[in-house]
Amino acid sequence: MGRAALYCGIDVGAAATKVIVIDRAGEIRARRVGRTGAGPARIAQRYRDEILTELDLELADISRTCATGYARRDVAFADCSRTEISCHSRGCLHFFSGPLTVVDIGGQDNKIIRLDEHGKRVGFKLNRKCAAGTGAFLEEIATLLEVPLEEMNGVAQQAVAPVVLGSFCTVFTKTEILTNFRRGDRIPDIAAGAFESVVRRITEMDPLEGEILLTGGVVAHNPVIVSIFERRLARPVKVPPEPQFTGALGAALVAQSEDEQEA
Amino acid sequence: MCATTPQAQAGASGKPAGHETPVRKIESSKLMRRIMGEYFSELFEAARTGSPKLAWCTSVGPAEILVACGFRVYFPENHGAMLGVTRTATGLIPHANAIGYSPEICSYLTSDIGSHLKGESPMAKMPDYEFPKPDVLVYNTNQCREVQDWLAYYQREFDVPLLGINTPQGLGEVTDVHIEAVAKQMEELVAPLTGITGEKFDYDRFAEVVGLSKTLTDRWKAVLQCGAARPSPLNFFDGTIHMGPAVVMRGDPRAIEYYDALLNELNECIAQHVGSLPEERFRLYWDGMPIWGKLRDHSTLLASLKACVVASTYCNSWIFDAFDAEDPFRSLARAYTELFIVRSDAWKEGYMQRMIDLFGIDGLIYHDAKTCPSNSNNRYGLPDRLERRTGVPYIVIPGDLNDLRCFSEEQARTNIEAFIEQLAEA
Repeated sequence: MGRAALYCGIDVGAAATKVIVIDRAGEIRARRVGRTGAGPARIAQRYRDEILTELDLELADISRTCATGYARRDVAFADCSRTEISCHSRGCLHFFSGPLTVVDIGGQDNKIIRLDEHGKRVGFKLNRKCAAGTGAFLEEIATLLEVPLEEMNGVAQQAVAPVVLGSFCTVFTKTEILTNFRRGDRIPDIAAGAFESVVRRITEMDPLEGEILLTGGVVAHNPVIVSIFERRLARPVKVPPEPQFTGALGAALVAQSEDEQEA
Repeated sequence: MCATTPQAQAGASGKPAGHETPVRKIESSKLMRRIMGEYFSELFEAARTGSPKLAWCTSVGPAEILVACGFRVYFPENHGAMLGVTRTATGLIPHANAIGYSPEICSYLTSDIGSHLKGESPMAKMPDYEFPKPDVLVYNTNQCREVQDWLAYYQREFDVPLLGINTPQGLGEVTDVHIEAVAKQMEELVAPLTGITGEKFDYDRFAEVVGLSKTLTDRWKAVLQCGAARPSPLNFFDGTIHMGPAVVMRGDPRAIEYYDALLNELNECIAQHVGSLPEERFRLYWDGMPIWGKLRDHSTLLASLKACVVASTYCNSWIFDAFDAEDPFRSLARAYTELFIVRSDAWKEGYMQRMIDLFGIDGLIYHDAKTCPSNSNNRYGLPDRLERRTGVPYIVIPGDLNDLRCFSEEQARTNIEAFIEQLAEA
């Protein structure tokens, strides 16, 4: 075990890479996030090294590293890897107890994870091979609307009458929006319609029973999603602290568990 | 016979060539390759000489009638699977799309027609290859309606007769009314078929062929039931290859000899507690078609996760309990109508529950094949209902039998790995 007994979790998602370091008490000591790009392992290592510098640590202070996300197996310096389904579950259970239904909205995929009263995973679903309902969908729509992605949430909040986007397909939704342009629909109403579409695609995946917990970068950057879920489900939903880091936190907690089991 | 030789899985999952996984190599494969080689040689010989006549038949079509009439029988679906396994299908499908066959319909059909349009086939690499041009085309819609349209394409191409049986669908109980309707259609095939061969129909030979098919299917069933042993001496991915003779050599004693040999090998493994995998931690059921172009990758991935697919709907589809040489037409009608694919979802649920119990299944993988609704049993809520009934969890893998454009490698891998993590935590 290293001097400081710190644990590193790396979540290399399709869109963003998140790196987090926690201490033995499970407290987050530092984190980094940025676009994954073409070199997922390289960016993960860079973020880890930046964290070491920030905390004035040496590599040996990281007792164990666990990677998750689509490129988890590419992170050669990680000691172990777990799927993001396991890590998101683990990260959520750090803040909440079961039973829970975790909804993670990622850059290119959605996950719905059912945890029982003991926090044990009893089922999960992933979206199909389709970008509809994911962060990638919002990126495409933001580009079409000429709204910077980070401003989409604020623009959508100005909506008066959100449009209904009916297409199942990202590309055809963009075509559909051309009709909205011709009709003179306002940009905020179209932006709000895009968020509504994301939530609708997810509610088509599962009945979403019990307590709902939302995680992922899309939720982190677009709180409007939370209010749409609450309206559609007619009940409050929960969001853990720093929802974009839930998977990375879960990975760090897996690293800690494995380290403690070995000790 | 039951050697624990690891099966080389070179190149699987993007790993460097030479990488080996511990999947046990089935020794009887050599014999299978030999008899399958003979089957194709005889087919090509008939194509070259024009004798005997050549019939194309859908995979659960009335092959026994054709064999009894003296035809050499070719199965386009077998060719479809070859196109899938060799990963040539995805490149051929667009050629069929371009002449109006939708990318949404059966990718066996579109890849096979694409293969014909391009004049490219993995069969062409076989010794003494000759295109098996048909003298007659025979379908049974028991598996899907697409087979009729598939063979209708070749009817137009070759100007040969298209004969068929239209089987009712979505059956709960199979009644005498259903059987009579199908048996009558089968009997009515005889006149046009003998018109093509010029030979009189030999009823005794027909009864003999049905008897041979019954013995063959009983052996195949016994092979698959070896999967109930712990550890299982074979897995689904082996099964999809080793079912070849059960599909294309019905009524042929050589196929029976082959399954006798395979059964001996597997029973020896069971006696010695030798499994398909060196460690079998999880026992899975696969529902739906294989993803042919990813067979080896999936076998390797699941082996690395200590998960053995011990049973499947697909391999079980060539078990025909009803065959009876004493009543060949009616028993043939019953066998080809009792199939899983012909039945209602309620019946399928009950069947799969029995499989879960018989094989001690820990989890189910449903393959939702984009272009094969008939073999995708996840689309009407069955997985949720079965999970509630049995407590056995499941995942759905979106993909396709042949069109790899419908399949996401990383998404499927994450899905499977997460499922195994879930089973490990249970």
